[in-house]
Amino acid sequence: MSDILIYILSTLGALFILLAAVGFVRMPDLYLRISVTTKAATLGIGLLLACTGIYFHTGSITTRVLAIIFFIILTAPVGAHLIGRASYFIGVPLWKRSKVDHLKGKYKKHTHELSSKQDPAQETPSA
Amino acid sequence: MNVHDFLYYVILPTLTLSVLLVFYRFLRGPSLSDRVVALDLLITIGIGIIAVYAILTNQSSFLDIAMILALIAFLGTVAFSYYLEKREKNE
Repeated sequence: MSDILIYILSTLGALFILLAAVGFVRMPDLYLRISVTTKAATLGIGLLLACTGIYFHTGSITTRVLAIIFFIILTAPVGAHLIGRASYFIGVPLWKRSKVDHLKGKYKKHTHELSSKQDPAQETPSA
Repeated sequence: MNVHDFLYYVILPTLTLSVLLVFYRFLRGPSLSDRVVALDLLITIGIGIIAVYAILTNQSSFLDIAMILALIAFLGTVAFSYYLEKREKNE
């Protein structure tokens, strides 16, 4: 019974990680790459760790596995947000075919604060 | 084909292929942020490989190292983004 569960979960996990890697190579833009890796890789790693927990089937190891999964789910969005924010500041370009940039002109350049109004210091013709 | 063979001949090669793909982006990535994200993803896939390896060798103490690696991956991403932002701010 647990063997079948391990087969299914490990296949799904490896597939999700492979999809994350392929998307990471194929996506045209840093921000799209961050989006792909955060979602797919987190789910894939969670499934592989769940495999390990099912295989050993002991209380202490299950607790350890759950702690790792919880930690990864907690920290992956935070890290992705931080690196995305930093790379928006240092001017990593968006994809040339992306339609809209909601943050354009809304960050104050010097203080790095987000303001809801347009920053008048920057030239942004389109609101 | 039991679980060990399946993990050894199917799952580990798939993970290796994904590591190679991510490493290609790590070498080629146009910006520094690409490389930081690639490093984060490499360590994350490393956690998965460690989880499979713990099943294969039947030793559960590898999971401690997986937990430490998760900590280091998060810490590295946070430190890199902090210093990237600070470097841009000081110029």
